[in-house]
Amino acid sequence: MKKGRFGIYGGQYIPETLMKAIQELEQAYEFYKDNVDFQKELDTLLRNYAGRPSLLYFAEKMTNDLGGAQIYLKREDLNHTGSHKINNVLGQVLLAKRMGKTRVIAETGAGQHGVATATAAALMDMECEIFMGEEDTKRQALNVFRMQLLGAKVHPVTSGTMTLKDAVNETMREWTTRMDDTLYVLGSVMGPHPFPIIVRDFQKVIGKEIKEQMLEAKGKLPDAIIACVGGGSNSIGSFYQFIDNPEVKLIGCEAAGLGLDTPQNAATIATGKIGVFHGMKSYFCQDQYGQIAPVYSISAGLDYPGIGPEHAQLFERGRAQYYPITDAEALDAFAYLSRIEGIIPAIESAHAIGYAKKLAPTMDSKQIIVVTLSGRGDKDVAAIARYMGVEIYE
Amino acid sequence: MSRIAKAFEDKKAFIAFVTGGDPDIETTEQLILAMSQSGADLIEIGIPFSDPIAEGIVIQEASKRALENGCTTDKLFEMVSRVRQRTSVPLLFMTYLNPIIGYGKEKFLSLCVDSGIDGIIVPDLPFEEKDELADICKLNQIDLITMIAPTSAERIAIITQEATGFIYCVSSLGVTGVRSEISTDIGNMIQQVRKVGNLPCAIGFGISTPAQAGSMALLADGVIIGSAIVKIVAQYGKNSVEPVSEYVRSIKKGITDAMI
Repeated sequence: MKKGRFGIYGGQYIPETLMKAIQELEQAYEFYKDNVDFQKELDTLLRNYAGRPSLLYFAEKMTNDLGGAQIYLKREDLNHTGSHKINNVLGQVLLAKRMGKTRVIAETGAGQHGVATATAAALMDMECEIFMGEEDTKRQALNVFRMQLLGAKVHPVTSGTMTLKDAVNETMREWTTRMDDTLYVLGSVMGPHPFPIIVRDFQKVIGKEIKEQMLEAKGKLPDAIIACVGGGSNSIGSFYQFIDNPEVKLIGCEAAGLGLDTPQNAATIATGKIGVFHGMKSYFCQDQYGQIAPVYSISAGLDYPGIGPEHAQLFERGRAQYYPITDAEALDAFAYLSRIEGIIPAIESAHAIGYAKKLAPTMDSKQIIVVTLSGRGDKDVAAIARYMGVEIYE
Repeated sequence: MSRIAKAFEDKKAFIAFVTGGDPDIETTEQLILAMSQSGADLIEIGIPFSDPIAEGIVIQEASKRALENGCTTDKLFEMVSRVRQRTSVPLLFMTYLNPIIGYGKEKFLSLCVDSGIDGIIVPDLPFEEKDELADICKLNQIDLITMIAPTSAERIAIITQEATGFIYCVSSLGVTGVRSEISTDIGNMIQQVRKVGNLPCAIGFGISTPAQAGSMALLADGVIIGSAIVKIVAQYGKNSVEPVSEYVRSIKKGITDAMI
């Protein structure tokens, strides 16, 4: 297999100008991934700063209500900054620092990765600039202010569809302009090699903890793990330690937006085809001429026309299944989890809850489902209130 | 000898870029003919892509306009076939990998041959991923142009070894677009490339004035201009044929004057 590939997926499809920076990152990561000192520092940050390990919570009321499999929630929403994104950025910003960089740049969709990057940059004294689609700066205005509070400069991106994919384009362009002192801190398991591997390695702590916590609580592995998938970082993080446990079903939930029978969706596996974009070969929503589709989801974090290359391979091998969840189903799950467990999930994570609601009643009470709650829903409350016709001030 | 090789044979070549379908296919067709009559030695036609990550704002917006106005790869192939009957100027397609894969590599390359395209430039296809297109280009005798960047340094020897057509030397860091000053040591970069091969070297990114074109021509075998032309098309739209021709003549003069 070629370097940086997951089967035929992955690769390094980037302009020649960026190859030097990418190879420099590759070499640095190759060194630090097994460096005891680096790993120790990261581990300390994850424990003392991010609040790991995150809880594995038995959602008893939800379990009883659905009347099937036992449901456990992996509470990434309880991490510092409110999502799983902190796991990756602490690793990458620490890596940037060790590489001698003084500035980090990042794209963000919902703002969670931007907030996490700005946080890590503040902590580690790095200059930080975030690129965010203008559409998303409106949907997630609170996160824009949060990033600014943390000392980051936020650039609204006005090209293309003004959402996550355009933010990635713009961050790549910025990196091409300035590489010497700058590292691109990518937010998901996507982009050119080595990003899909780096981000997965920093996120695999989620699955590692699920495994330990599950064995301790029940003495066995779960029957299924469910997580939402945009680029796919919280899902790969949840799945990775279980890939070689074929008895554990791995289920990714894609954003079906207004439905697969409309163009307003972002369900890459369901509606996309193989292509090359953002530095990687994978599945992408696109037209017959290879133009990337202007995708849609109520969730800014899942509003992305592609999926990470490792997911593409897991899908092709039949090792993971991917199901579309509509806006309506996600909204229903958002309200449901808030009411039944007193936990307001991020609208992204609500897609995973939505599928768990369908799956649990089809299983028996001895079986176990773990749902990764990738983030908390505070950031979504105003947008969802507006969606439901309630005008509130953020 | 290929049309591309011939363009560099006895002169410094001027390579002019235009975004296909901006503002419409008919204007692009006229622009190609007018530019070749006004002194462009090779012409690059951009197949617009929804997400051109190597482009600055000028070509990004041109691509957007072209797509909104209904430009497709099919229509560009038809247009190139018509143009080819009226000119022997070497024609190159510049586009990203996904429009080629999405269209179907085999179909794309065979239509390149049928319509009279001489080479293709794919900015998101670095040496490491060249296998994606190298063999099929060779099979169809279409030159796959290799790009060298200011950051290439020790990579130059490896990435130029199987290059065809000409070497596209990127003058500066960053994306395409007009720059008032080019700070890279271009002379040194060209020297490095010439040390390891015999293909002509053309410099692109950031060049816009006749004086810049002239000084670049002194260092290299060719000069590539894109954003400056696309800017004129953005300003004059359907009426851009005359001002673009005038601009192309001024650049050509800048190059020839520099050589005296």
